[in-house]
Amino acid sequence: MALAVVVLARTRNLFAVVVLSGLYSFLMATVLLALDAVDVAMTEAAVGAGVSTVLLLGALHLCKSEEAKPAHRPWLPLALASVTALVLIYGAMGLPDFADPQAPIHQHVVPRYLQNEVDVPNVVTAVLASFRGYDTLGETTVVFTAGAGIIALLRRPGRRARVEEAPPCADLLLRLIGKLLIPFVLLFALYVQFHGDYGPGGGFQAGVIFASGIVFYALIFGVENARRVMPDRLVERMIAAGVLLYLGVGVAGLLLGGNFLDYFVLDPDPVHGQHRGIFWVEVGVLITVCGVMLKIFYMFASRGRGEERG
Amino acid sequence: MSLSAQLPALQVVLPLLSAPLAVLLRRGWLAFAVVTAAAWAAFAIAIGLWLQVDALPSNGVISYHIGSWAPPWGIEYRIDRLTSFVLVLVSGMAALVLPYSRASIAREIPQESHYLFYAMLGLCLAGLLGITITGDAFNVFVFLEISSLSAYVLIALGRDRRALAASYRYLIMGSIGATFIVIGIGFLYLMTGTLNLADMAARIGAIESSRPVLAALAFLTVGISLKLALFPLHQWLPNAYTYAPSAVTAFLAATATKVSVYVLIRFYFSVFGDSLVFHKLPLPQLMLWLSLLALFAASFIAIFQDNLKRLFAYSSVGQIGYITLGLSFDSVNGLTASIVHLFNHGIAKAAIFLLIGALVVGIARPGAAPPAPTFDRLAGLARRMPLTSFGIVIAGLSLIGVPGTAGFISKWYLVLAALEKGQLWLVGAILLSSLLAVAYVWRFVEAAYFQAPPPGRELKREAPLSLLIPAWVLVLASVWFGLDTSLTLGSAVEVAEGLVRHRP
Repeated sequence: MALAVVVLARTRNLFAVVVLSGLYSFLMATVLLALDAVDVAMTEAAVGAGVSTVLLLGALHLCKSEEAKPAHRPWLPLALASVTALVLIYGAMGLPDFADPQAPIHQHVVPRYLQNEVDVPNVVTAVLASFRGYDTLGETTVVFTAGAGIIALLRRPGRRARVEEAPPCADLLLRLIGKLLIPFVLLFALYVQFHGDYGPGGGFQAGVIFASGIVFYALIFGVENARRVMPDRLVERMIAAGVLLYLGVGVAGLLLGGNFLDYFVLDPDPVHGQHRGIFWVEVGVLITVCGVMLKIFYMFASRGRGEERG
Repeated sequence: MSLSAQLPALQVVLPLLSAPLAVLLRRGWLAFAVVTAAAWAAFAIAIGLWLQVDALPSNGVISYHIGSWAPPWGIEYRIDRLTSFVLVLVSGMAALVLPYSRASIAREIPQESHYLFYAMLGLCLAGLLGITITGDAFNVFVFLEISSLSAYVLIALGRDRRALAASYRYLIMGSIGATFIVIGIGFLYLMTGTLNLADMAARIGAIESSRPVLAALAFLTVGISLKLALFPLHQWLPNAYTYAPSAVTAFLAATATKVSVYVLIRFYFSVFGDSLVFHKLPLPQLMLWLSLLALFAASFIAIFQDNLKRLFAYSSVGQIGYITLGLSFDSVNGLTASIVHLFNHGIAKAAIFLLIGALVVGIARPGAAPPAPTFDRLAGLARRMPLTSFGIVIAGLSLIGVPGTAGFISKWYLVLAALEKGQLWLVGAILLSSLLAVAYVWRFVEAAYFQAPPPGRELKREAPLSLLIPAWVLVLASVWFGLDTSLTLGSAVEVAEGLVRHRP
């Protein structure tokens, strides 16, 4: 990883930069896996290494692939970064040992999380969607904000550019493999989504995997074909609908006499109510995340073709 | 379920709901109606919460458990007097800026992006309210991200192409700030095992001199200072304010940096406890000198700006210096000054930026997009737009701190705090820096009142009322709060006493 970072900072070829940062993300995912943070590792692999590499390549398509030489040597940023690293190390030296069961982080709030009151085998899901469900609502809103912001900034004013379609990839092998793989990618996304209660997974990961299935399709069979499956208007609605669904679950808790995001009241049996709440909340996350990923991809893809001619 | 018990959740959820609704509706005016209704509702709720806090015994706290999980396991909303004060400021600004924005953005933003503009404004409002109201450290970060991301987009929507570069710069610096904040929170979580701020404060006492806590303090200080544009970390601010749409500038100037100040106060006084921050480390000295630098350097730079919006943006950096100066005293009077100034500067600056938005509409050629408010275009403005010019002058007086305006109150308490510490030279410095404010406000007065208008531009052509009314409400407010200080000063003193005297 250290090697990847040094090369990243030195190289001027942007294509290499993108590939290397994908590599970095994969390595990071392995580290997270080694730390037993499977859910985070999965997200890192799907988002960091998968979709963002595709998006960065899409962006690269729009600009030159060589970085301009900076006008001056960046000594000041280097010094600042070093100081930051020193403070970080200084602070980290005093931390409790890794995996020390006596560390405050394992003693205070965690025991109750592990008691599994909501009866969901995957504790991460329970904390994420129920105990701290409001943070997850916030994160989903962040994703929504990013999506809506991209639409606001990259929209091409006025006309609907009708650029003729670049011929879809003609390689028979690719088309064949694509046709074989894509259904499984989508199915896997759904598995990750609905199995999130029991194993690693959940709305964020599933949304990204689902979106990457569609992106894969678009890369092989052309963006216009992908648009026929998932039209622009639908994708934009999805972005908003997911957040609304999440908020709706929260408001339902309110209306049924509980607090905001109270899942206990969603069903006569409180534990069942928790399950119901977590289920719908995760669906909301899936819809928004998937919508935003696709929208960003579409935006870059359609822009690229227009700009080349301009 | 009674409605009044659910007000804390609704305070944030209503604006949050309005944003995806606005995106689904897609019509400019529908989105406007939804977001404006949410902002007004948020304002009403903020007042409702204010009254609820009033009904509590002194230093009382309203606690709301989201998802019915008790803190520290779940996320808690915690409202005390200071929270409520900032909530009223933020939601009140949104309630005023939204009606203004309808007429304002019609000239500045392409029609088909209007619904996204409103959605972003709703998100930004929800984010700022969420930061203020929450009692949970990680929740602060999440809502900080919402408000920051939407702010970047709002700034980039500015008509000038330089808005994009300004927004990009803000994005980079803001993200660094956010990363630092989350590193700081991470350290604190590792050491205390909790994310709830009140719980954290209770558990931090025993370990307050340990290395991770000191590192956390350092990261949080730098991160939040980036967000509140403390002097050497302010570089994102002038361009961002200058090129953003007028309504956005006014809203952000009045709220975004102020909420960051609030977060800083929360961490310094409520979590770390001021014994660590103010007695064991040289932080107050550092902050004192940075604040003084801000007062003089930024105000000095402001005097030489050619663009009126940029001038007042630099003035904001200077005025934030007064707020942090008050913090550095670590006394009841100093903190009172900070809190009052947070409010007083917010309304005066918002008034000025709203009026500049009206002004650029007035100096535009009919049908053309509004030009930048550079000084050569302002000659003789008072004859063409008397109400706009007069409003800017009054709000400018409040920036200077003339008696009878709100700005005077905050400066008065700063001077009191300095005298209390026996530092006469600081009193001199505060007065001297006010002279710099006189200089930059005078530049506008000179151009607008004493220069002859260019030929063919003598006709009176005031900005539309939809722009003038919200702006003038704020102008009058900054006079009102200079005369009747029971609301602002009363609560600020109460808060300051609570924070400084009741040490954990």
